[in-house]
Amino acid sequence: MDMHVKKLGLKEKYAHMTRGLGWDTTYQPMEKVFPQATFEGIKIHDWEKWEDPFRLTMDAYWKYQAEKERKLYAVLDAFAQNNGHLGITDARYLSAIKLFLTGISPLEYVAHRGFAAAGRNFPGVGPRVACLMQSIDEVRHAQTQIHAISNYNKHYDGFHDFKHMLERVWYLSVPKSFFDDAFSAGPFEWMIAIGFSFEYVLTNLLFVPFMSGAAYNGDMATVTFGFSAQSDEARHMTLGLECIKFMLEQDPDNLPIVQKWIDKWAWRGIRVLSLVGMMMDYMLPKRVMSWKEAWEIYFEQNGGALFNDLARYGIKVPECLTQCSVDKEHISHQAWATFYQYGGAAAFHTWMPNDEEMDWLSAKYPNTFDKYYRPRFTYWREQAEQGNRFYSNTLPMLCQVCQIPMLFTEPDDPTQICYRESEYKGEKYHTCSDGCKHIFDDEPEKYIQAWLPVHQIYQGNCFNEGVDPTAEGFDPLAEVLKWYHLEHGKDNLDYEGSRDQQNFQAWRGMATQNT
Amino acid sequence: MQIDLRTVSIKPLRNTFDHIARRFGDKPASRYQEGTYDIQQTDIFHYRPLWEPEKILFDKSRTKIEMKDWYALKDPRQFYYGAYTIARARQQEAAESNFEMIEERGLAALVPEALRDIALDVLIPLRHVEWGGNMGNSYIAAYGYGTAITQPCLYHAMDHLAVAQYLTRIALTLDTPVALDTAKDAWMNGALWQPMRQHVENLLVLQDWFEIFVAQNLVLEGLTYPLFFDHLDSKFAAGGGTAISMMTRFMGEWSAETAKWVDAQIKVAAAESAENKQAIADWVVEYRGRTLEALAPLAGRAFGAEADAVLGEVLAAFNARCAKLGLSV
Amino acid sequence: MSKVFIAFQTNEDTRPIIEAILADNPHAVLDEQPAMVKIDAEGELVIKRESIEELIGRDFDLQELQVNLITISGHLDEDDDQFKLSWLN
Ligand SMILES: [Fe+2]
Ligand SMILES: [Fe+2]
Repeated sequence: MDMHVKKLGLKEKYAHMTRGLGWDTTYQPMEKVFPQATFEGIKIHDWEKWEDPFRLTMDAYWKYQAEKERKLYAVLDAFAQNNGHLGITDARYLSAIKLFLTGISPLEYVAHRGFAAAGRNFPGVGPRVACLMQSIDEVRHAQTQIHAISNYNKHYDGFHDFKHMLERVWYLSVPKSFFDDAFSAGPFEWMIAIGFSFEYVLTNLLFVPFMSGAAYNGDMATVTFGFSAQSDEARHMTLGLECIKFMLEQDPDNLPIVQKWIDKWAWRGIRVLSLVGMMMDYMLPKRVMSWKEAWEIYFEQNGGALFNDLARYGIKVPECLTQCSVDKEHISHQAWATFYQYGGAAAFHTWMPNDEEMDWLSAKYPNTFDKYYRPRFTYWREQAEQGNRFYSNTLPMLCQVCQIPMLFTEPDDPTQICYRESEYKGEKYHTCSDGCKHIFDDEPEKYIQAWLPVHQIYQGNCFNEGVDPTAEGFDPLAEVLKWYHLEHGKDNLDYEGSRDQQNFQAWRGMATQNT
Repeated sequence: MQIDLRTVSIKPLRNTFDHIARRFGDKPASRYQEGTYDIQQTDIFHYRPLWEPEKILFDKSRTKIEMKDWYALKDPRQFYYGAYTIARARQQEAAESNFEMIEERGLAALVPEALRDIALDVLIPLRHVEWGGNMGNSYIAAYGYGTAITQPCLYHAMDHLAVAQYLTRIALTLDTPVALDTAKDAWMNGALWQPMRQHVENLLVLQDWFEIFVAQNLVLEGLTYPLFFDHLDSKFAAGGGTAISMMTRFMGEWSAETAKWVDAQIKVAAAESAENKQAIADWVVEYRGRTLEALAPLAGRAFGAEADAVLGEVLAAFNARCAKLGLSV
Repeated sequence: MSKVFIAFQTNEDTRPIIEAILADNPHAVLDEQPAMVKIDAEGELVIKRESIEELIGRDFDLQELQVNLITISGHLDEDDDQFKLSWLN
C-alpha cells in the first residue's frame, strides 16, 4: 500500500481544509464582492497573515458541539421532569434570570446575525470561517437560553414576552442599543465591539462568577447553559484577540482607529455590566463573590494582563478605566437603588436586602456601603415595613449614549449625580459620564438617532393604539406598562407578596409534605 | 432537608412564551418553535447601519419577495441548533468511518486511474463552488428576514463549508496536497472551469437575498448535486470507483435532505402572491440557463460522449421539480 | 509577568485533565468554585496530550478540552501535542 498521504498535523490539515478555499475574484471586482472591507479606514495588506487560533474543521465542530448539546438537553429535560425549579434557594433569585432572558438572550441572537455578516464580509478566509463558527454558536446560545428558561416561564412571571419587552422596556434599551450600535457599525468595529471588548474583556464577568452563583443557588438549568455557552466563548475570545492583533500588525495607521474603538467599547460594555453588578450583589440569595471582587479578578487582573500585552503595539489602557476603580465600589448599589425605586416599571421583582445581606455588603464594600447606601436602604426597608413602600412614577432622564438613567455619581463625589452635556446642531444632549460624552461627541450623527424610551414616552409613542392621552383620568404609567406587555401586579413590584413568592412557597410546601 | 421535588404535581401558569402563544395558542411548544419564531427583532432599532443608511438593521426590503408573515417559511426538518448539530454529527460519524476504512485498507489505490482523474479534475475544484455556496448562504443568514429562513441558511452555509472540507479530504486521500494546488489552478485558469467561476462570482455580488436563495440553493445546487453526486456517483460505482462513492455519501444524502427544505421555502413564497411567483420563476429561468452553460464543459469532462444525455436527464428532473413547486419555467 | 488562567466545569471528565495540568505546571494554582475549577498560572500554562492520555488510559484529542472548557486567558497556541496559554509581556 502506498502511504504517500502522511498523517497531517492539525495546523497543516486546517490550512488545507479552509485557507485554500478562497480566491481573489477576477470576473467581479473584489471591492464589489466585499463591499464593507474598507469604509472604516482599516488597512489590511495581507489576509494570509491571519493566524487561526482554534483550528476546528466542521467534522470536529459537529462532533464536539453535538456532545455538548446532548449533555445540555439531558440536564434540561431532567430539570423539567423533576420540578428542578423548586430546588433553587429562593424565588427572589429568578429576578436575575428574568433580567438575563429579557436583556441578554435576545442579544445572543443579534450576535449570531452580526457574526454571520462578519463571516461574509471579511476578504480573508481564516477570519470568515472563525466568524461563521461564532455566528452558529451564538444562535446556540440564544436557543439554549430560551429552552432552559422556558421551564421557568411556565411557572413564574416576568419571562413571558421577552422579545417584545426587549424592544420597548426602558432599561432593556441599555443592552439592546449596545448591540444595535455594534451591528450598525462596520465589520472591523463589530469585531472590536463584540469580538474583543465584549467577548474578551467582559463575558467572563457575565458568565463565570454569575453562573457559579447560579450553581450556588441551586439553578442547575442556568448553570448548565451558562457554562456550556461559555465553552464556546473560549473560542470567541481568542478570535477577538487574534483580530485585534491582526489589525494592529497589518498597518500602523490602524492603531488610532483601533484605540478609539477599544476606548468606546470598553466604556459601553462597562456601562451595560452595571446590570450584572446588581444581579451579583443583590439578586442572588446566596453569593459567590461580590461584583467588586469579580471586577478585580476578571477585569483588573485579566484585562490588565491583556493591556500589558497589547502595549507592544502602542495600545493604551482606555482612559475611562481609571474611573472604574472608583465606580466598582458604587455601581451595583446605585443601580439596585434605582430599580427599587422604579420597581413599578420593571419586569422583575425588587426588594431591600435583609440585615444579613446588608452585613455581607458592608464586609464586601467596607469603603462605601455603610457610608452611602446602608442608611438609605435601611430607611426604605423600614418605610416598606410600615406600609409606605414608595414607587417612583416620574421618569428618569436617560443618557443619550448608554441609555442608563442618570444615576451614577461624580467620580470624585459619590453624593453628586454626574451629568454631562453636549450640543449638536443647536440641540442639547445629555450623557452620564465623561466616557459617554466622549462617545457622543465623536459620533453625534449616530447617537442623536437613539430611541430613548423615556423621550419616546413623553412624545406619546409608547401607548397602545387607540389610547387617548388627553382623556380624563389618563394614567400614563399604566398605559406604558400595557404597551410593554408588562402585567401590573404580577411581573413588577416587590417580591414580598408577589405571585412568584406565593407559588414558590406553596409548591415547596407540597414537596416537603410529600416526603 | 431532603425534598423529593418530583412528587409535586404543579399546574403551570402558562405553557409557552406569549409570542409563541399568539401564533399557536397557549399549549406546550416544541424546541424548534421556541427557538425560532419571532426571535429576530422587528420593531425598534436605535441607529441606521453605517453600511446601508437607507435601511434599518433587519429590513424587509432587502429582497423584492414580499411575505405577510416571513415565519411562514418554516423548516420541515425543524432544525434548531441542537437538532441540527446532532443530526450532522451522526452523518459525520458515518462519513468518518468510510474515510477510515478507505485509508486503512488502501482502497483509494484500487480506483481505476481514469475515474480517479475524473474525480481529481471535477470534484476537487468543486470545493471552490462550495465555498461560494457558503458565502451566499452566510449573506442570507446576515441580511435575510425572519429566523425561520435565516437560521437554516446559516446551517446550510456551514454544510457547504463541510462539503468543501470533505472534497478536500477526497483530494488528500486520492493524491497528495499538491492535488489541491492543481485544482485551484484549474479553478483560476483552466478553460474547463472558467464559465463556472464566472457564474459563481456573479452570484457573489447579488444584493437581493432571496434571489441568492433561488440562484444558489434551488438552481445551482439543484443541477450540480444530481449531476456529480448522483449520475457521476453511479458511474464511479459502476466502474470500480466505489471508494469515491463512499467518500461522497454525505453529499448525496445531504442534497436529498436539503432539497426538501429548499422546496418548502420556494413553494410557500411562490404561493404567497402572483408577483412572488413571477419573480422566482424569472430567476429560475435566468440562473438555470447560466448554470447549464457553466456545467456543460464539466459534464463533458465527467461523462464524455454521454454528457448531453446526462445533462438532459438532470435538467428534465429539475424542471419537473420546479413544476411541482408551482413554477412555470 | 501576568497571569494566565483556564477554567473547567467540575465533573468526571475534567478531573484527570486538571490532575494532568497541575502535575505538568508546578507553578499553577488551583481555585475551586461552585461547579467550576479555575487554574491560574504566572506567565504560561501548558496542557499536554500525553499526560492526560496516561491518566485516562485512552487516546485523547486536545480539541476534546472544549467540551468542558469554561474560559481561558492568554494567547493560545494549540497543536496536536499541546495546548499552551501565555502572555508575551
Ligand atoms: Fe454567546
Ligand atoms: Fe452613559
